[in-house]
Amino acid sequence: MATMREIKRRRGSIQSTQQITKAMKLVSTVKLQKARGRAENSKAYFEYMYKTVTSMLAKAGDVDHPYLRGGDSENIGIVVITSNRGLAGGYNANIVRMIMASELPKEKVRLYTIGRKGADGLARKGYIIAADYSDVIDEPTFADAKEIGKQLLTDFAKGEIGEIYVAYTEFKNTVSHVPKLMKLLPVKTEDLQTEQEEQEELALMNFEPNEEEAISLLIPKYMTSILYGAFVEAVASENGARMQAMDSATNNAEEIINDLELKYNRARQGAITQELTEIIAGAEAIG
Amino acid sequence: MAEMFELKIIEPDGMFFEGQASFLEFTSVMGEMGVYANHIPLTTILAPGVMKIHNDGQVKKAAIMGGFIEIQKDRITVMAENAEWPDEIDVERAKAAKKRAEERLQKKDAGLDTARAEAALKRAMARISAAK
Repeated sequence: MATMREIKRRRGSIQSTQQITKAMKLVSTVKLQKARGRAENSKAYFEYMYKTVTSMLAKAGDVDHPYLRGGDSENIGIVVITSNRGLAGGYNANIVRMIMASELPKEKVRLYTIGRKGADGLARKGYIIAADYSDVIDEPTFADAKEIGKQLLTDFAKGEIGEIYVAYTEFKNTVSHVPKLMKLLPVKTEDLQTEQEEQEELALMNFEPNEEEAISLLIPKYMTSILYGAFVEAVASENGARMQAMDSATNNAEEIINDLELKYNRARQGAITQELTEIIAGAEAIG
Repeated sequence: MAEMFELKIIEPDGMFFEGQASFLEFTSVMGEMGVYANHIPLTTILAPGVMKIHNDGQVKKAAIMGGFIEIQKDRITVMAENAEWPDEIDVERAKAAKKRAEERLQKKDAGLDTARAEAALKRAMARISAAK
């Protein structure tokens, strides 16, 4: 049985760990509230953007444009959004696992990583990283999304990548975050034409300048907004995941502390009993 | 009273404006445009410029920094990349930005990103004229 001093020391160390996890939980709770507000505010923009662009492309189905057809390259660009810091439960590992489980061939994948954890994890697995923008995720702005979107489209135009995906964690609610792999380019028009209710409006829509030019101008905006949307959701998910991880860490620490407290009391009681027995035995021997 | 339509201006950080309007003026990549209710359905790309929202003789101005606009018969949706009311605009800063952009365009350095400088100039001018 461990001595009283050992138990006491162990309990002290776990208590200070618990204080850290508790503080981290509080910090991520506050950050989560902020990030969630941002994600909710911007949702209207993205939903509308998605609706407009997809319905527009559905109508422009016969336009031959590289954004609809796909690039000449076989390489696949994936924007991977993870966090720069760990201690967020399975948040980063889930994204890495999702990419590995996807059927995209490793040799052809070019990663555009945002978040050091995902970048490190995937680089270790042998994925090729084309560019890294890890600093962005600390405080993503619309301008950052624009910059990265521009880079992606430049590489797409140069023929370095032929398809563009984005991997991020969707923020469903505080406790549920789902890793998601989403295809940005080329936009598959077959999938879009199923939205029947839009058909009526579609038939009447005019474009200025003409459709092809409008697509060239709209797609970069569409990319930017989808990326920005993914950023804000990812930040919300990251803080949600960290909050949960730290909450369970705090609870686990509590459990261990209780357990050690019990052991300590038992050891103390044992020591007292032993001392008493010794005194009594001593007294008897004298008397 | 002129016929009204529903106007929504959405920017990435949330809803910028939502309400009724009778006439809307804005700058598209094709030039200046004005739209009343019952316009033919049209989608067009916005250039940085001033948007004027008319509502029964009252006019509200806003600086819009690019995006696109979708016009339907009875509603108009503006997807702005950034939108600002005149009282949110720092005129001094916009003037400084305008000067900087003009200087850069005049110098014509080899490494000059003309499109970027021009866009900066247009944004600055949109802000200044909206704040007037």
